[in-house]
Formats: sequence, C-alpha cells, structure tokens
Amino acid sequence: MLRLEARPQPSRAWTYASPLLAIAITVLLGVLLFMALGKDPVRGLQMFFWEPIKTKYALGELMVKATPLLLIALGLAVCFRSNVWNIGAEGQFIIGAVCAGGVALLADKESGRWMWLAVVAAGMLGGMAWAGLTAVLRDRFNASEILVSLMLVYVADMVLSYLVYGPWKDPAGFNFPQSKTFEAATQIPRLMSGSRVSVGLLLALAAAAALWVFLFRTRAGFAQQVGGLAPAAARYAGFSSRRALWTALLVSGAAAGLAGALEVAGPIGQLTPYVPAGYGFAAIIVAFVGRLHPAGMVLSAILMSMFYIGGELAQSRLGLPKSITGVFQGLLLFCLLACDTLVTYRLRLRKA
Amino acid sequence: MEAYALLLAATLNAGTVLALAALGLLINEKAGVVNLGAEGLMLCAAIAGFVAVVHTGSDLLGFAAGMGAGALLAALFGVLVIWLGTNQYATGLALSLFGVGFSAFVGIKYVQEKLPPRPQFSWPVLGDIPLLGPALFKQHPLVYGAMLIAAALIWFLYKSRTGLVLRAVGESPASAHALGYPVRLIRLAAVVAGGALCGLAGAYLSVIYTPLWVEGMVAGKGWIALALTTFATWRPARVLLGAYLFGGVTMLQFHLQGAGVDVPSQMLTALPYVATIVVLALISRNPTWIRVNMPASLGKPFHPG
Amino acid sequence: MSSPSQASRLQLAGITKRYPSVVANQNVDLRVEPGQAHAVLGENGAGKSTLMKIIYGAVKPDEGHIEFNGKPVHIRNPQQARALGISMVFQHFSLFDTLSVAENVWLGLDKSLSLAEVTRRIEAKASEYGLDIAPDRPVHTLSVGEMQRVEILRALLTHPQLLILDEPTSVLTPQAVDKLFMVLNKLVSQGCSLLYISHKLHEIRALCSACTVLRGGQVTGVCDPRQESNASLSRLMIGAEPPALAHKARAPGPVVLQAQGLNLVSEDPFGMDLQGIDLQVHSGEVVGIAGVSGNGQRELMYALSGEDARPLGGSLSMEGASLVGLGPQARRQLGLHFVPEERLGRGAVPAMSLAHNLLLTRAESVGAGGWIRTGALAEQARGLIERFRVKAGGPHAAAQSLSGGNLQKFIVGREIEAQPRLLILSQPTWGVDVGAAAQIRSQVLALRDAGCAVLLVSEELDELFEMCDRLHVIAKGRLSPSLDREQATVARIGEWMSGLWPSPAQLDTGGAHAQA
Repeated sequence: MLRLEARPQPSRAWTYASPLLAIAITVLLGVLLFMALGKDPVRGLQMFFWEPIKTKYALGELMVKATPLLLIALGLAVCFRSNVWNIGAEGQFIIGAVCAGGVALLADKESGRWMWLAVVAAGMLGGMAWAGLTAVLRDRFNASEILVSLMLVYVADMVLSYLVYGPWKDPAGFNFPQSKTFEAATQIPRLMSGSRVSVGLLLALAAAAALWVFLFRTRAGFAQQVGGLAPAAARYAGFSSRRALWTALLVSGAAAGLAGALEVAGPIGQLTPYVPAGYGFAAIIVAFVGRLHPAGMVLSAILMSMFYIGGELAQSRLGLPKSITGVFQGLLLFCLLACDTLVTYRLRLRKA
Repeated sequence: MEAYALLLAATLNAGTVLALAALGLLINEKAGVVNLGAEGLMLCAAIAGFVAVVHTGSDLLGFAAGMGAGALLAALFGVLVIWLGTNQYATGLALSLFGVGFSAFVGIKYVQEKLPPRPQFSWPVLGDIPLLGPALFKQHPLVYGAMLIAAALIWFLYKSRTGLVLRAVGESPASAHALGYPVRLIRLAAVVAGGALCGLAGAYLSVIYTPLWVEGMVAGKGWIALALTTFATWRPARVLLGAYLFGGVTMLQFHLQGAGVDVPSQMLTALPYVATIVVLALISRNPTWIRVNMPASLGKPFHPG
Repeated sequence: MSSPSQASRLQLAGITKRYPSVVANQNVDLRVEPGQAHAVLGENGAGKSTLMKIIYGAVKPDEGHIEFNGKPVHIRNPQQARALGISMVFQHFSLFDTLSVAENVWLGLDKSLSLAEVTRRIEAKASEYGLDIAPDRPVHTLSVGEMQRVEILRALLTHPQLLILDEPTSVLTPQAVDKLFMVLNKLVSQGCSLLYISHKLHEIRALCSACTVLRGGQVTGVCDPRQESNASLSRLMIGAEPPALAHKARAPGPVVLQAQGLNLVSEDPFGMDLQGIDLQVHSGEVVGIAGVSGNGQRELMYALSGEDARPLGGSLSMEGASLVGLGPQARRQLGLHFVPEERLGRGAVPAMSLAHNLLLTRAESVGAGGWIRTGALAEQARGLIERFRVKAGGPHAAAQSLSGGNLQKFIVGREIEAQPRLLILSQPTWGVDVGAAAQIRSQVLALRDAGCAVLLVSEELDELFEMCDRLHVIAKGRLSPSLDREQATVARIGEWMSGLWPSPAQLDTGGAHAQA
C-alpha cells in the first residue's frame, strides 16, 4: 500500500515541480470536463492556452488582466507568509476603487495631467484603511482576521452599491447605476498605443522586485516570515508580532487598493456595481500557485489571466458558461495543495 | 402584534439555515478540524438539492442530495487535510472558491426553474393557538429538526463515550493516538458528518427557505456559521441561540424596510455582516475564555509519528 | 529466581525497526520474567522509546518476534496490548487537559464499563496504593506529579501483567520518587512485571533486579544492576566512562543580574504566577535553579528573557540598568542572552537554514538599513558549525534536519559567541546525547571562567550539582534562598521543592527548618 514518509528536508526539486504537476492535472481534468460537455477538448485547450497569446493585442489584454491579479497576490504573499489570513482582498480592492473613483470624480476639464497620481494614491490609501479595520479588530480584540476581512467584503460591496445607486449616480446616465465616466486627466497613462496595457504593469513588476528584496534581503522581511513559520521563535527573537500583523495587512490593503484604482481609472473608466470581478479571490490562488514567491507569482498571474480570457472566449465561441473559469481556478488550487504534499513527504510503496 | 408573531416565525426559519450549518461545523471543530469551505460546500449542496427536487419533485430526495453533496465534498477536504496534511485554512479556501464556481456552472440551466408549490405545515392543536401558533408552530419540520439535532449533539458530546472520544481527539490528538484511538478516521468521520449537516443547510436554503436557484445565493451564511461556532464557544445550545439571533437580525432588515424606515437599503443589507463583526470582536476579547473552551488542536495538523 | 520451566512474562527476539534516516532497533533481544523489575538503560537516542512503542503496539517491528507468557503474539495496536495485560505510563503524559480525571482514565480503559463504575474503581485503587486523587477534577488543575498519578492509576486499573514506565521520575521531587517506588514495589510483589526505562543509574539500582543496556539501537549487555558500578554501567551505555568536568572554585565578581521582589501574573490561565522572587547572579559564577516542571520556571524564563516584557511588581535590572519593559532585542544589547528549553519552534525555526537561524539573535551580518549580507551570513554559520563541532549538512541545512544534540550545540554556540555578560540556559541538555551534553556543559563552564554570569535552570539535579556554584529551588512560583553547593544535598533540595524552605531570617541564625 502507499505510505507517506516525512522527508528530512523539504525537497527543492518538488518545490518547483509541484505547481507544474498541478497545472498538468488541472488541464487533464479540464479536457475530461470538455468531453463530458460534448465540446471538442482540443478547441477548448486552444481557447485557454493559445488564443490569449496569439497576437500582440492578445498579449496586451493578457497583461491588462494579469496586472491586478499580480498586485493583489504580491500583497497577499506578505500576509500568508506571516500567517495572517487576509481573505478580504476583494473588499480592499473595492474600497480602493471607490476612493480612487471619488477623487477622479473631483476632476474636471481643467484638471492637470498628473491627476491620475492622486487617483492612484487615493486607491492605495482606501485599500489600506479598509485592511486597517481588520488589523485593528485583530490587534485590539483578537477577532479572527479570516472572518472579519470576509465580512468586510460584503460590507464593501454594499458601500459601492449605495454610492452608484445613490449620491454618485450619473445624472446624465439614463438612471443606470453608474458614475460619470472619468475625465481623461484621471486615466492611467497607456504604455503604448494600440494596446490597453497601462503604466500599471510597470508598477506591478516593480512591486514584484521590491517584494523579492524585502522578503529575501532585509531583516524586516525575515522577521515577518519567522512570525509566520514559528511564532514562538519570533517572540524569542524579539520580533514584534503586532508590527508583523499591521505590516502584512497594510501592505496587502495598499496593493489591493492600487489594483482597484488601476482597474477603475483604466479599463473601466467609471464606477459601476460590476467593478468587483473576483480578483481578490483569484489572487489567493495566484499567490499559492506562485509559491508565495515574486517570480512564481508573475508566472501564475499570467496563467490565471489565461484562465479568465479563456473562459470569456469559451463562452463566446463554444457556448460554455463563463463560470467555467471559477471551476478551473478552484480545481487548480486543490491540485496544487495535493501536489504540495510531495514537497514535504515522499511516496513509498510498502508491503502490508 | 400579528407582525411580531410573523417576525418571530421568520426568525426561526432564517435561523435554521445558520443553525444546521453551524452545528455541522461544530462537530468538525470539536475534532480539531476547521473547514473554511462551508460557503462553497453549502452552495454545491443547494444546487444539488434544487436539481433533485426539480427532477423528482421530492423534497426528501432534495435534502438527501444536499447532504450527499456536502458529505462528498467534505470527504475530499478531509482526505486532503487529514491524510495528505495540507494546510486546513488554504484547503478550506480552495473548497469555497471551487464550490462557488462549480455551483454556478452546474446551476446555469436552473436559474429560471420553479419548484412545485411548497407545502405548509402546522402542528395539530398548537398551530391554532392565536399569536403563538403562527409564531412557533407552523414551521417546516426541519426547523424543529435543527432543535432536535442540537439536543442530540448535547447528549452525544457530553453524555456518551463516543462523544468523549471525539472531544479527546480535538483536545489532544497525540494523546488519543498514544492510547490507540484511530485519530485520523475519527477526524474524517467528524468532517463528513459536519459536511452532511452543512449540506442539509444548503439544501434547506434552496428548497424551502427561498425556493429558487441564484448564483451565490448562500450570500455569506457559510462564513457567518463559522463565526457562530466561535462566538458560541463551541456549545450546541449557544450555537442554536446565536443562529436565531442572527436570523433575527436578517429579518429585522426586512421589517425595517417594510416599516418605511429611512435608511438606504444597502445599509440594512449589510446589517448581518456588520453584526457578525461586532459580536466576533466582543467575544474574542477574552483570551482566557477562548482557551478554556476551544478544542486545543483546532486548525493544527496531526501526523502519527 | 524463576525456574527454567516457567515461561518468561515477555520475550523479544531479533526485533529490528528501521526508519528512513536511522535504524532505531537492531536485532534486539529482551527477556522479562514474571514479577521482575527490569530496567532498560540507554542514553537519549539509543532506541528505548521505539522498543517500548513496539511492545505497546503503537509501532510494528520490521523483523523479529514477540512471546507473551510463552505464547507468540502479534501486537497490532495499544488496545490489543492492553487486552493482553501490557500497560504503559508515558513520559509525556497522554492526558486531556479539559477533561476530568475519571474521564481521562475511562478513555484508557476499554469500553464496557460506565463512567460511574470507573470512578468507583479509581477511588478503590487509589486508596489501596495510597495515591491521593479526586476523580472529578479537570486535569489541567493538577500538578505534574498528580498528573502522573492519574497515568499510573489508569495503568493499574487494567490489571497489568507487564507495566512499562518511560522515564517516570523526571517530573518528580526526590520524595515523590520514593513514594512512586513504594507503589511499584507493591505491584511487583503481587506478580506484575515491570519494564523501567531510565538513564538514572541510582534509580535503576534501587528498584530493579535486571537490566538490559541499549546503545545505538543494539543490546550491549544484560546484567544485574545491583552488582554493577556506575562506571561499568556507563561503559555499557556510552562505551566509555562519563567525562569528568573540571569545576574549579572561583571568586565571583560584581552583580550582573538582580531581581528583587519580582511579582508577575502568568499569561496562561493554566500557568503559575511568580511571587516575590529575589535572585542575584554575579559575573564568573553559575547559579542554578532546581525544580520540577510546572512550578514557574517557564514564566520566570519569559520574564527574564524579555519575551514577556509586561510591567512587573518589584525590580529587575542588569548591571544597574532596569530591564522592565525591554524586549529581547534590547536585553541582548545589554548583553543578556538566552537558550530556551524548546529547540525547534522557539530556539530555531525548523524549516529555515542554520544560517538564517543565526539572524534570530545575531546581527553581525546585517548591514545598514537591515540589508542581509547573505555571503557573510553563510560564512558566519560555517564558522560556528566548525568551532562547535555541529554535525550538519552545511550552513544551508534546515534546522529540523539536525539531531537534537547537534541543534542544541548550534544554538548554545550561537549565544556563547555573542560574548554575553549574562547567559541564561533552560534545560540545556534535555534530550541531548551524552557526548553533546558533555561538550555543552564544559563550554558553559569555560564561559563562566572567562567572567560571564550564568543562570542555569534544570530539572536534572545531577547536572546542577556538577555545574553550579550556588543553587535555588523554585516551587509554586516562589524562589528559595540560595544554597552553596557544598551545603546542597538531594534530600534538602527535595524538601525545598515542596516549598518547605526556611525564611532568610531563620537561615541566618542557622535555625531549624520551617515545618508547614
């Protein structure tokens, strides 16, 4: 029978191989799913893995989707490495979008070209404040950050809904729940013409580099991770668990808020109830599949965008429901968690 | 006065979903396993139950389907967490995310479907008492079922030897293992039983409470149920009470809207979530209380040496 | 003497058990006669625990067979072992804190009895053996000695024919050890066999008439311990005589650590509050604190190391500077270093490399702005590994891949090389093999000779007598006055462990001991 034996040291080879194996298994399950639904599995795989990278424009769209996923995942990596389970990134994204939108609405035709910086800053601050709520409740009241941050997602959704159905509704918008479209000055600058890729991509890549330095070359990053791996050792060393908590939540709140600002002042261009696209939750998967490592998360963000775009294409061209994306995302995370066992355990065949 | 009787009835009804789910999670947590996948699990059970009733017309089959879906997903979660040793929080999240997507996917065809008319229930004599009758005695059998389950759990956990073993496993799986108890099997049994109850809650939601299917219809009740077990300090009677309290808060929002109170509807919708946060904060404040009542091994993995 | 025709109570032949990184038991033979107290002697890591787990059914051997009362058996699980009549009292208790004594015992017995019946039997057995225990109390309210009594009662109620005890006296005062031996002798006189695991030679000689010695998983000898000397038993156990420690008397210097009237409420609701602690450690001396676990050592260590930096009653200062409110990093700046009792998880992060584990308490390889110089860090770790003879796969080996002794050598080395003014060590040689323990002890003494102040907290009286200039005893959160090494005897320390020490006034006048 098969038995699991603990390895003396986590296997480096499997640390890299496990996500690849998980992707392979997910693809296999996907093929089976397509066949069960009566669709051509080859065309299905094409939608997900070939179409999104076929043309320069397609690549651009891939980057547009990957940017918020990567940003949020980078922030979540700080949290998860510190054993702070912030699963309310979606809520921080929404509030970031709301604050960014609020500042954008203040603009008029005369506003300066640099207005977008204020918009982006407002988004970051909004996300930080919303995450700060979770931090305060955990710090002062010892309330579980998992449940509080989650509840705040629903509250954030209600805040957005209230604003776009109420005070911020566009009077010239035919009574649709949406704000005015934002002035050009508030729009995030594009990187190149002919593509929707914005400066946000550069920000995300810079953030990935900064995270690498923080985690692997600074004492503060080291302290943060010890808190997550061995809290008693962190206490022994004298690393403040309170500082670790606040750092983790404020950084991830800022990242999620920034992502929200970039979305709202970029591709969407206004506030609507459809701003929350589930990026906050998908980013959790991006973070894990990317092994909570900046380089890995860049790759897994691109992979997750392929799932999103593939899902949209599968809907328009194959007639499959859009929710298939969610199924694949969940499957991927399950497979990754299962394959990760091989990092710390060895499979052995034992005679009964 | 009529209105208050109806409000009480609605509270009991609304609380039942939370109660069933939270009691299921309680069983999990007494064995030391926290299942963050409750939300996704309940959604899958809801669509399973709904589909079963649409195709067979039988409510009982709907409940069975819900329980089955819940048990199956919980078993998958259990094997990953208990035998492969995956992180309980991450795996639970994975289950939630998967459940949201999967239920939406399967439910696409059923969004406009209607169920056959829902049966009305009433206790023979008690249901006719003015005021008290409509308030307490005209509920669906599962409402009373939830109360019975809570009572049964109290007996099971605190009066039976099997329940004692379960609590011992949750307190110290290493000690239970040293004494020769099959800790992993016991934990799996608890997880599957808990999953079945959560599944029943999901099916109740889509078959009885709001008999329709909409993507994401559990709307956070799975998470609220998780919070409930914490602030009920893992005691079945308190879980039941807490569930009704939350049901009450949810009903309050409709009552206030109906009464023409001038508060934006979104704020009222947010009420149960805000209430959860507030209660969590108040209860978690006392670390001593938590330490004495919380199963000591909650969330921690167990590896037989 | 058993007659040749009478079957042995237990016979193990050729037992072998292999794990991925070590062979725990190699071809082990063991023979226990009925009514015999049989010791199993060996240092940490010799394979004693694994062998006992095999006998108790918790682990299956790879090779070999077992006979019980002359009949071959396959012991598949602990329930089957109990049914045969084999019972075990664990070193780290298998008790459930929030359940009552009776419920704990019930879980260790098999199903057919009711809780009420079990409670009755507990009371009967307890009075038969003179073990005082209240069946309704939740276990977390019991002292460690009382918890062991629950373990023993649970074993006794299974009417064992063979009782296994794994290092039972590490948590007992000397007087409680005497009491335990009375219970065990009574049991043996009624025909029960005893398997007694220990590394304490004088206990084995006091209790047992036979001894099997294990070293590196193999049997190195079977003897009658009463006929052997310490030297010959040591030779069987570790292959050589125990290394002698050179302990020179030295005149202590000025006061380094001073605690006066220290009062602190424990953070843990199940813990012990500290009351009125008076303690002084001078440079160039080793001060020891004796005491069985659960009497406030943990809380005292948290308070001294800075892990618990809450305001406290009384005063605590180091070379004149108050320590109150200072965290561990600030205390290290003042020269206070600490080796905690838990290696993995507190003294070191298990999944991180040795080099990274250096960063927990040392900052020499950290540059401006907190930048980690990874090359310098690896070099620093490499040097430490070499100088302290740590057997490891290099500076990048994970802490959890080292054996207990080697990891402890690394942690002790890390703190010694920081050139502390005060080094505090808590249970420094617990679970460490004899060779590493000897190295650690001699290094600590060398540090003291160089002028460092050392505070040593240990449950092993032998270690304290070997190393300390002065001794205190901690009991129920209070600290006794200090005792010079020459005046410390096992009996006196044992008495003081029950809290029965004279007040400082009585000590000064050389008066009689206080009787509580």
